[in-house]
Order: sequence, then C-alpha cells, then structure tokens
Amino acid sequence: MSTHPAPPPPPAPAPAPGGAARAALLVLADGRFPAGGHAHSGGAEAAVRAGGVHDPDSLEHFCRGRLRTAGLTAAGLAAAATAGLDPLVLDEAADARTASPALRATSRKLGRQLMRAARAAWPGPALDALAAARPRGAHQPVVLGLAAGTAGLPPHDAAHIALYESVTGPATAAVRLLSLDPFAVAAVLARLTPDLDRAAEAAATAARAALHDGVDALPAASAPLLDLAAERHARWKVRLFAS
Amino acid sequence: MHRDHDEEYPVRHAYSTPTTRADGTRRALRVGLGGPVGSGKTATVAALCRSLRDRLSIAVVTNDIYTTEDAEFLLRNAVLPPERIAAVETGACPHTAIRDDISANLEAVEDLEDEVGPLDLVLVESGGDNLTATFSKALVDAQVFVIDVAGGDKIPRKGGPGVTTADLLVVNKTDLAPLVGADLEVMARDAKAQRGDLPTLFTALTAPDGIAPVREWVLARLDAWRA
Repeated sequence: MSTHPAPPPPPAPAPAPGGAARAALLVLADGRFPAGGHAHSGGAEAAVRAGGVHDPDSLEHFCRGRLRTAGLTAAGLAAAATAGLDPLVLDEAADARTASPALRATSRKLGRQLMRAARAAWPGPALDALAAARPRGAHQPVVLGLAAGTAGLPPHDAAHIALYESVTGPATAAVRLLSLDPFAVAAVLARLTPDLDRAAEAAATAARAALHDGVDALPAASAPLLDLAAERHARWKVRLFAS
Repeated sequence: MHRDHDEEYPVRHAYSTPTTRADGTRRALRVGLGGPVGSGKTATVAALCRSLRDRLSIAVVTNDIYTTEDAEFLLRNAVLPPERIAAVETGACPHTAIRDDISANLEAVEDLEDEVGPLDLVLVESGGDNLTATFSKALVDAQVFVIDVAGGDKIPRKGGPGVTTADLLVVNKTDLAPLVGADLEVMARDAKAQRGDLPTLFTALTAPDGIAPVREWVLARLDAWRA
C-alpha cells in the first residue's frame, strides 16, 4: 500500500435516480474543470491564420459549422456513452468518425486528461474499466459521456456539454488570438444557443436509436476543412494552442 | 505499461500524487522552476542536468508559451538524451498548466517514468510568466523561482506569490549587477523581508560551476525526500 500526502478524496454522493443531478452539469461543463481544454482552440487558431475567422461574425459562422459537424458527432458519441453503449465500441466509432490523425491524437489526449479529472470527481467502476482498457486515453467524447453518467446526468446533458465545449474553445481562443471584444464573443455564444439545443436533441435522439441499431445510428458529420487545417496546424513550428 | 492497475481503488496515482511507486520505492522528486521571461530558467535547468546527470536519473518537462524553444534548447545542447525531455503545450497560459489544470504535466511526468524507467529527479520548467506564477502542490514537491538582476533590483520588494512562497528564490546573472546598476544587498534584504526563513541564492551561471549553490540545494531536498 502506498503512502500518500493526503487521504484519498471521499467519493461524490450517489447521484439521484433519473439523472436529477443538475449542479453536476455545471461542474462538468465549466471551462475551469481541469481537463486540459485550455490548451486547445478547436481549430480556431488554424482558421484565424487562414483568414476564415477574423471578427465576431466569422467566428459565429465557424462555430455554427462546428456545432453541425464535429460538435454533433462528438455529442452523439457522448450521449451514447451515457446511455450505456459499450464504450470500447464507441471508442472505435470515434476513430472511424475522425478522419484526421492529428485530431484523433488530440481527442485521445484530452480523453486521458478528462479521465483523470472525472475519476477524481466522480469515481466509479465504469470509468475505471475504460481507463484500464485505454491507458493512453479513450476518445474524449466517450470519456465525457461516461463521466456524465457517473455523475447522474442523462444522455441529453452529455450531448449538451460536448456541443458547448465544441464552441467555447474556439470562442475563447479567438478572443486571445484576435483581441476580439469579449462582450461581442459572449453575444456570439448566446446567439448559438438555439442551434446548440437543437443539435443536442438530435444527438440524444440518435443515441437512443443506437441502443437498438448500433453505432451506425450515431451522427458521422465531418468537416473536411477542419480536418485538413488540423493536419497543417499540427506541423506548425510556432503556435499558441496545441490544436 | 501504465502502473495504475496494480493499486487498489481508489488509491492510485491516476489523479493524485502519491509519494511512492507501486513497488513501494520512493518516486522521483519533482522540482518546479518558474519565473519571468529571460531570467535564466532554462539555463538553470541545463546547468543542473549537466551537473547532476552522471549521478542521478533525471528528466525534464518544459511548458513553453507558444513554441518548443526551451525543449529544443535542451536538446540542442544535449544536456539529456531526447527521451528524457518532454514538452507540454499550454495554450498561451503556462501558469494554468502548472497550477490550475495540471493534467498534461502529470501525464508528461508519468510517461517519462514509464518510458525511461525509474527517475530520481524530474525538473518541471514553466514558460516565462509573471510574478504570480506558482506550481500546484499536486504537480511538484518543491518550487524554485528564478529572477535576475537585469530584470530590475526591485522585483524582490514587489513580492508576489512566486517571490514570497517559492521554496527557493534564485537571483541569477549577478555578474551583470554592476552593468545594470542593480544593488545585490538591497535585493537580498528585500528578499529576506518578503520570504522570512525561506532561502535565497545568488548565481552567475556564466561563472565556472556557477550552478553549485542551486545544485547543493536540490541535493539537500533529494536527501530529505528520500529520508
């Protein structure tokens, strides 16, 4: 038995049945949750360099595109993991849905970081089993979905968090990279919320279908420009963000 | 191979910082080095590696702001074999990566130990940052704050968490003091006022074995760590 500087943290209270743990949603979605997201721009750094994102309006278009492609795909995987699909099958499905090797590596790296934080916050056998099966990291949306479920959240909430992360990362990065008016960027995020809600609904519906029809029922929307830009970005010599 | 699985749930190294390895031996001492841009953090790390690599198993994790400059400097100068140097990307915020969200750094440390075997000492270098930068206690066991006389002899008086709370304050480039009009006695007095009993060392890394005071401090910490 190891000696420790401090006793292990007490487990979080058991979630209320029926996924009624609302505050857990806020903890897990908070950008300050220590799961590594701060170092990533969600493709915004490459888009800024290419000139595609240069002001709040173009940022909004970029984020809307992410909600409908990478965000929706991640949300479907997350919701399916919360709903109880086999996380290892979902991990393979995430590989199949992520064309860019650089983005696959990023997703696993962020999954590993989220796993560490989630196991500290909501320890449980499902997370332990996935961590043991994928010690170098499972895909981030799969870990997110399992963590949400362990925290007592329903699949719909996991989808919401995945989509929310898919736009808040680029928004924060754009503020840093372009010195955009932070209030204008907050307004961009607010304008995206109806789209975000719709995408979460679609992802949760697909996750329910996947319980019967398998992972092929999950969204597989990709954004080729994001994939190509991610590959180029990974080879930049000087960059502010890891992806 | 991840060592995580041999330990009994919920006691594991996956999210905390146990002081022993799975086999019961003491894990590597982790020392963080922070401080303003250009104060000599990377030079200090390089000098420590050169000075200690023959008697200790060492690895380095760098946290650059937007490049891999520091890691490449260490590689180019061959202070350690490449497999002992890992670079963490910080999204322009090294203080976040060393204090608020340490997951990437913890993984870098664990990966180094997994890949090169048991280590005695891991140096975690922060990218140059401001005077409030400190390391999480869950990431390092001791932290060194490096400033230099050319950055202005008022820095110790200004204080801030880095200067006041670091386990060791290093005032580097003392050889430049006459050239920039820095008063070392004033710096020492101000540091004492800010830090109480915590030690402050003055170095000139350009001098032969200029790293000696810091090396001796690190070795003393290592002895205490293993005791």
